[in-house]
Amino acid sequence: MTVHRETPSSESLVRQDLRRGRRITGDTLFRLACGSAVVVALAVIGLMVYDSVTTTFPVVRQFGIWGFVTGTRWAPSFAIYGALPFIYGTILTSVIAIVLAVPIALGIALMVTEVLPARLAGPVAILVDLLAAVPSVVWGLWGLLVLVPFLRPIEKAIAGSAGQVIPFLAPPTPGPSYFAAGVIVAFMIIPIIAAVTREVFAATPRLQREAVLALGGTRWDVIRDVVIPIGRTGLLAAVILGLGRAIGETIAVTLVIGNAPKIAASIFAPGFTLASVIANEFNEATETLHPEALISLGVVLLAIAVLINGVGLLIRRRFELAAGRAR
Amino acid sequence: MSEMLGSNGVQIQLEAPPLAYVRPTEDPGTMNGPEDVAIQITDLDAFYGKRRVVRDVSLGVRRNAITAIIGPSGSGKSTLLRCMDRMHEIIPGARVTGTISYRGTDIYGPDVDPAAVRRSIGMVFQQPNPFPTMSIADNVAAPARFNGLVRGRQAERDLVERCLSQAALWDEVKDKLSHGGTSLSGGQQQRLCIARSLALEPDVLLMDEPCSALDPVATLQVEQLMFDLKSRYTIVIVTHNMQQASRVSDRTAFLTMGEDRAGFLVEEGPTVNVFTAPREQLTEDYISGRFG
Repeated sequence: MTVHRETPSSESLVRQDLRRGRRITGDTLFRLACGSAVVVALAVIGLMVYDSVTTTFPVVRQFGIWGFVTGTRWAPSFAIYGALPFIYGTILTSVIAIVLAVPIALGIALMVTEVLPARLAGPVAILVDLLAAVPSVVWGLWGLLVLVPFLRPIEKAIAGSAGQVIPFLAPPTPGPSYFAAGVIVAFMIIPIIAAVTREVFAATPRLQREAVLALGGTRWDVIRDVVIPIGRTGLLAAVILGLGRAIGETIAVTLVIGNAPKIAASIFAPGFTLASVIANEFNEATETLHPEALISLGVVLLAIAVLINGVGLLIRRRFELAAGRAR
Repeated sequence: MSEMLGSNGVQIQLEAPPLAYVRPTEDPGTMNGPEDVAIQITDLDAFYGKRRVVRDVSLGVRRNAITAIIGPSGSGKSTLLRCMDRMHEIIPGARVTGTISYRGTDIYGPDVDPAAVRRSIGMVFQQPNPFPTMSIADNVAAPARFNGLVRGRQAERDLVERCLSQAALWDEVKDKLSHGGTSLSGGQQQRLCIARSLALEPDVLLMDEPCSALDPVATLQVEQLMFDLKSRYTIVIVTHNMQQASRVSDRTAFLTMGEDRAGFLVEEGPTVNVFTAPREQLTEDYISGRFG
């Protein structure tokens, strides 16, 4: 059966194709739209950094960069501003949060991808993801009203025993503390770390899992020798992501950390973080240089965030190089 | 025969060392009696969920010989192979009915540990799959570590050398044992995977299209290796390449897909017979290239 149809000759088709040069095509519009979005985003970031950094100049003139960053005293009524208590608080709470969150998130991710049957894994994953949807201020209130009173006897017991020898765990235990803030932030970053880690683990090649099983290996062998080693770069990315959120966490931390601009050796002492002091004091910052000093703290926070991401990137590249050599 | 079928209830230890059934004078293509059978498959059906993909296969796998499983795509060759070391069931929803008797035990019996079955019945996959984060030596030693078989550095070094030598790879890699397993060429990776399987001292080696990702030279090397190994191991190879089947195998099983889209066994016999004088018309049609 043959169908006769009016078709343009092949020659004219070619000519049409070649001639579409000068018109404004969808491609050009799309490129313009994307390009301007990029320009706007970069401009906003640039403006923010410029504005913040120039605002720090009076503070830098007064104390010097090093003097400000290492200054241990924060006394707005005397116009003395040192950032170290907040840097210390930020790092300490973040470290506590990461130390608590990573093993739990790893366990959740392994549970969901390797252990639970698909029927249960889905709902569990969704429940954990839902934790990420709880607003920061709700975490903070829950922390203040439920978690801090709950932790206090535990803190007291630890401080009363191990704390007698280790200054890091020493009493007193007033309740609001670096530790309480670290625990709250841990809750908040578990879903992020678990979700990213879960995706990484789920992407483990089936052939690699089967290789272990076919060699008489167990599920644990699969996890230890295939899932974790192959996913380690992704795991690191997940931790960096969690750390990024931990150092910037504001409201929840403000509610449970005790808001004391001091450096205390014990994790059970009240403290302050960069983000929480800005949120807490900016509204009433009327003293000399006080707003400028708070903005300077913001710049320090930004620098720490950039540093952490940079280090993460470096470690990741090293890992990838090592994996590349292995390949 | 009762021992072969495991119907006497005797639990033969699957961890027993490989038995030396070397009878070089006999033709590995012929099956003289039940003592020549390494794996007896009886009335095997395999399913993915509700869909039956292998129907009613009964087949004795010849000991110390190379048995090729050939057939068109979708005839259940790989599934049948994966049933033999209980790898089929790791896919969610996959299940098996029937029995597969190995050393007098039904490997689908109630008290059987699948991991123990897989220690005795090794498997090599279509794509070379060395562990990418491990060195060449660690790849070979990994299965021993999974199963706690080797203790100590010297024992491990000996194991690595022995397995790599058996897999005809030692000379090529002995100076770079600490390099990554995936730094090797495709053919070397596949031989590394064979060496890794040998580390468990299995007595059966299942190979699922082991050469389909390899170039002709590497394919010949793997085929040569199979010849070298068959005096000590029973080898089953799935292949879509009929030349390969006729080159390497002593016996050939031909599977095809039925009306119900489930694969079934058409015939099994000495390779020479299957290729030159098949008993079934379906086999002849496939061999002569009329379908598939």
